Amino acid sequence: MRLLDFFRTRRASSASVAKERLQILVAHEHAHRKRTPSYLPLLQKELLAVISKYVKINPDDMKVSLEQNEHEEILELNIVLPEESPKKARKTN
Amino acid sequence: MARTIVITSGKGGVGKTTTSASFAMGLAKNGHKTAVIDFDVGLRNLDLILGCERRVVYDFVNVINQEANLNQALIRDKRCDNLYVLPASQTRDKDALTQEGVGKVIDELREDFDYIICDSPAGIERGAMLAMYYADDAIIVTNPEVSSVRDSDRMLGILASKSRRSEQNEEPISEYLLLTRYDPARVKRGDMLSVEDVQEILSMDLLGVIPESQDILNASNSGDPVILMEKTNAAQAYRDVVERYLGEEIPQRFINQKGFLGRLFGG
Ligand SMILES: Nc1ncnc2c1ncn2[C@@H]1O[C@H](COP(=O)(O)OP(=O)(O)OP(=O)(O)O)[C@@H](O)[C@H]1O
Ligand SMILES: [Mg+2]
Repeated sequence: MRLLDFFRTRRASSASVAKERLQILVAHEHAHRKRTPSYLPLLQKELLAVISKYVKINPDDMKVSLEQNEHEEILELNIVLPEESPKKARKTN
Repeated sequence: MARTIVITSGKGGVGKTTTSASFAMGLAKNGHKTAVIDFDVGLRNLDLILGCERRVVYDFVNVINQEANLNQALIRDKRCDNLYVLPASQTRDKDALTQEGVGKVIDELREDFDYIICDSPAGIERGAMLAMYYADDAIIVTNPEVSSVRDSDRMLGILASKSRRSEQNEEPISEYLLLTRYDPARVKRGDMLSVEDVQEILSMDLLGVIPESQDILNASNSGDPVILMEKTNAAQAYRDVVERYLGEEIPQRFINQKGFLGRLFGG
């Protein structure tokens, strides 16, 4: 066993191990990232402007996100209304 | 049309300030009026690397707070008339930089300068986010090492989603890979990631490779950006980077280890 291990570690250089680890990691993180289409920030900004005409909300209390799976895409808008109003608005479409 | 370029990395200590100083000096020496801004509030260093630390009177935060105007704060380089430095503040107040304030300073610089170089601090806190927010181009400084490559990849994600260009649905920031502290001998031995490896992982255009070099320490000791130490490999590598950025086609150097014969004949 020892001898085999010795040969095995000798064969894969540490740089190629590094490369493989990074490729897996980066692929994983990209899969996550791709889900955010580029129009989301602007959409969020414009929605915020419209909503602010009617309700005063903190920009941080509004979230727009897009969820994807094989069958459907869900655009989710989540707004936390300010303290005065005890309700929490949530709309999924 | 002025261009704003951020020098960023995510990871600390990879060579952003070294690169900012030499890249800015290189652009200026090529005849372009260039301003270089130190965004590392609380830990200013660019002034030291450029050798103008004793001429700092006002800083970036003074300008944002309107305690000084831009002309009072900009330091003109003694070696090159086209280069100006805007030093960082030494304040410990993390909120000293505001998006609006930074935007105003950059807008004002854009009227007068060809290039505005933003030397980003490490990390993804406020200073780093604001350094890249207004950028047209980004130079991602990366060392051939796992944590640096990973952080560069994270920065790419941030550039694509948290910049002014992305928020306003404009053409995305142009991203350039600069691999620094590269050691061809270690690559050959298989214990350092190669240029090709890093390019493949990050799938980016390569702006250049800066070799690991003793001369960089000497340059910082004397307060001259290394690009001015003309005979050194590091200076040649940085000059190539500037010319490539300006659109010249220049083959990559310092990627391969010189063989015995190569060294003998200086090839
Ligand atoms: N190509 C190189 N060869 C050898 N040493 C280098 C090279 N580039 C940078 N260094 C050294 O690495 C150290 C960090 O460089 P520098 O300050 O430019 O990094 P930085 O990315 O700006 O750091 P920070 O994240 O703290 O702002 C310095 O001591 C510098 O001399
Ligand atoms: Mg720095």
